[in-house]
Amino acid sequence: MLTPTHVMLFSLVLFGIGIVGVLTRRNAILVLMSIELMFNAANLNFVAFSWAMPEIAGQVFAVFTICVAAGEVAIGLAILIALVRNRENIHIDEVNLLKW
Amino acid sequence: MLELIWLIPVLPLAGALLNGLWGWRLSRRSVGLVACGAVLLSLVVSAGAVWELSRLPVEARHFRTEVFGWMPLGPLQAGAGEGLRVAWGFALDPLSAVMILVVCGVGFLIHVYSVGYMAHEEGVGRFFTYLNLFMAMMLMLVLGSNLLVMFVGWEGVGLCSYLLIGFFYDRPFDARTGLTCADAGRKAFLVNRVGDLGFLIGVLYLGLSFGTVEFGELAEAVHGSGGVSAGLLTGVGILLFVGACGKSAQIPLYVWLPDAMAGPTPVSALIHAATMVTAGVYMVCRMTWLYAAAPEAMAVVAGVGAATAFLAATMGIAATDIKKVLAYSTVSQLGYMFAAFGVGSGVGAMFHLTTHAFFKALLFLGAGSVIHGMSGEQDIRRMGGLRRKMPTTYWTFLLGVLAIAGIPGFAGFFSKDEILWGAWSSGHLGVWLLLLLTAGLTALYMTRLLWLVFFGEFRGSEEQRHHVHESPRVMTVPLMVLGILSVVGGWMGIPKVLTGGADWNGFASWLAPVLGHHGGGEAAAAGSGHGAALELGLMLVAVVVALAGITGAAAVYRRLGVAERVAKGLGPVYALVRNLYWVDELYDALLIRPFYALCRLARTIDERVVDGMVHATRNVTLGLSYLSNTHDLWIVDGAVNLTGATVRGASHVFRRLQTGSVQSYATVMVFGAFLLMVLYTLGR
Amino acid sequence: MDPQFVAFVLLALVGLFAALMMVTRTNLVHAALYLVVTFLVVAAMYVVLHAEFLAAVQVLVYAGGIMVLFLFVILLVDLPREMAAPRKPRNVHVATALILSAVVVGLLGYEVVVTRAAPSAGGASLFAEGGNLETVALALFRYYLLPFEVVSLLLLVAMVGAILLARAKA
Repeated sequence: MLTPTHVMLFSLVLFGIGIVGVLTRRNAILVLMSIELMFNAANLNFVAFSWAMPEIAGQVFAVFTICVAAGEVAIGLAILIALVRNRENIHIDEVNLLKW
Repeated sequence: MLELIWLIPVLPLAGALLNGLWGWRLSRRSVGLVACGAVLLSLVVSAGAVWELSRLPVEARHFRTEVFGWMPLGPLQAGAGEGLRVAWGFALDPLSAVMILVVCGVGFLIHVYSVGYMAHEEGVGRFFTYLNLFMAMMLMLVLGSNLLVMFVGWEGVGLCSYLLIGFFYDRPFDARTGLTCADAGRKAFLVNRVGDLGFLIGVLYLGLSFGTVEFGELAEAVHGSGGVSAGLLTGVGILLFVGACGKSAQIPLYVWLPDAMAGPTPVSALIHAATMVTAGVYMVCRMTWLYAAAPEAMAVVAGVGAATAFLAATMGIAATDIKKVLAYSTVSQLGYMFAAFGVGSGVGAMFHLTTHAFFKALLFLGAGSVIHGMSGEQDIRRMGGLRRKMPTTYWTFLLGVLAIAGIPGFAGFFSKDEILWGAWSSGHLGVWLLLLLTAGLTALYMTRLLWLVFFGEFRGSEEQRHHVHESPRVMTVPLMVLGILSVVGGWMGIPKVLTGGADWNGFASWLAPVLGHHGGGEAAAAGSGHGAALELGLMLVAVVVALAGITGAAAVYRRLGVAERVAKGLGPVYALVRNLYWVDELYDALLIRPFYALCRLARTIDERVVDGMVHATRNVTLGLSYLSNTHDLWIVDGAVNLTGATVRGASHVFRRLQTGSVQSYATVMVFGAFLLMVLYTLGR
Repeated sequence: MDPQFVAFVLLALVGLFAALMMVTRTNLVHAALYLVVTFLVVAAMYVVLHAEFLAAVQVLVYAGGIMVLFLFVILLVDLPREMAAPRKPRNVHVATALILSAVVVGLLGYEVVVTRAAPSAGGASLFAEGGNLETVALALFRYYLLPFEVVSLLLLVAMVGAILLARAKA
């Protein structure tokens, strides 16, 4: 029997992988991709709850989340483009002008 | 007019105030007018008052007016009587009547003379202010109805004497010691002070013993209560006489008078010949009832007076400054007066005081005229032959010399004779002999003076010879008036023995209610045969002695060189006399130097101790402040720095968070989220 | 063993594998492709969970739109140079990330397990009338209209921002 617990655990694992990706990768694009992974994990969680309660609001919220994620990706990539233009590479560990 | 006697001292006081406050703005003439006018008015009031007094019957010739209650003093110890009440009053009786006439009369003449004498000097306003102030003080002294008012005047004349002696305060006076006239004034004041101390103690003793200081009340108390100890009275008498020694320049307090010649000559004439120095004589005469009850004191007075008379006369022989000769002469004549009083002849003393005022003032003013004519020269060795160039001065001076020498017919003869007879007839033969010898010396040195100044050849410089001139009338007229007085002044005291029994001695009878009948008159009345012949004989002796003195002087000084040989012949004696027996030096060594040493000691102690304490305080304060400063610096700064260092250290640690790396920020965020979750979990 | 559960497990395995691959690949394009796989797996899971509409949206937007965006940007990156000098993340960073992630996941997992949410009985009855799409639409335009409009505004802003940021310097 499939329980929400299984789904939630899975989404948590995905989420954790996403965290590792964010904190580890040097390439900014890969960081953003990891962030998308995390978004998806969260959406999965919402839908799991929507299925379990049952309550449609979960799915609605997931829709919204997807929209916001899209917007966020757009802007993130735009920043990346600006970054590439200025620095020829997108190694974010080298973007540390605010270092003390 | 008697009720107005308070005006007599007040008028010159007003003159002094006027000249003192506005004299610097007025012209010389106005200043002189104010000053002379004040004295003249006083003279007029005095004359009027004396006239009124003379109209009263003999027993009633005393007048007292109280101006205001001055000092009501409580008793010294609780329950010891009623204490002392001192009022400010003036009194007039025959004795003070004589004094005020002499003071105002001679004073007025000298004021007039001064206008001429000071014509070329600066500070005329100041001079006449002081002169008028002196007159006011002297008249207060004379007219005071009690010892304390007299004392105010006593002190006042001392003050004015100081002010006037040191009038030319910066002028050098003694070339040998480099002292100025101001120093001479100070000497006079200080020596006077010594006398005044004795006087004051005597007054206080008297006042506290009898509960009053009024003359009339005191006289009654002394007469009445026989229980008063003679010892007290003798002591008081001597103490008061000490005051008189200071004021009237007797041994041992005479040393200021010769140096007082530093002042302008009119000052010497008025103060140090005619009036202030006679205050002592007046004072003892005023207290005659006290001395009558204390014969030892009278003996002291007589002895000191006679000794002074003789000693001063010896000093006059060798003096070479015209004014100093006259100064010693004054001291000597004052000794005469005290000696007279001491042997019981108060009348003789007052008589001589009066005649002396006339001829001594004359002599001083004449000397002033000579100095004026000689452009300031005062050394008689540089004068000579002035009788042709300054005739008026010469003739008046001659009259003065004849008077003081005791030539019959002149004023001095009668008064001196009165004294000599008083000494003989009361048995004081030692005094008589001293006074006789003094008379001879007086004649000698006065003739010497006359000769050296007016006769012989002129020994001064060429410039002086050109400038020598007779003095203006404003100066010669007073000389003439005084000259006349020196002649006729004695005629009011002609003894009975010369008048064949008729009483022409108005002076004695005038003063009788106050001073008693003098010995001479009684003796003449008692044993007319012996007494008269003796008196005449003694008179003759005196005249012979005087003439001897005159001829002796003439012989020595007629030709140059004789004097020097005599001086060399007398050797050490001459040196002794010439240096005035080194009395000043003695005082200096015995009194003044030790005093200065004491002062220096006190100063050193004061400096060391006081400065020491101040420095110690300073050092302690410095030390404490240094400590406080350091401590403050270290601790306060330490605290502040500690705070800063702590912040810096903390910031060193915490700023490592700002890596600038996004991923590290993300790490931290995740970590933070984790912590929140932990908290949430724990909360459940 | 009901089919739902089996399907889910299979999908989960694939998804995990794809995700792991994605975060470890050096090659950008490989990583992007693995991400697409992940998206598709998630879409499939939506279907399993009776959220068909959402699955469609997921494929459209994520796999279709967002990945295309990613690919465009990857194009801008100088790939050869990127590939030539790959740098592995430092060990300490990896360790920190792993630990942190493990801790977070562990904690939350523990929570989840302890809570034990159970599916409702009428799990499917919710979507009986009209199907999933109609239900979502009704909820969206009836009760959640305001957020809907706001999101559209947000997208507008994002669009404008993206254009602005990515503009070439004139």
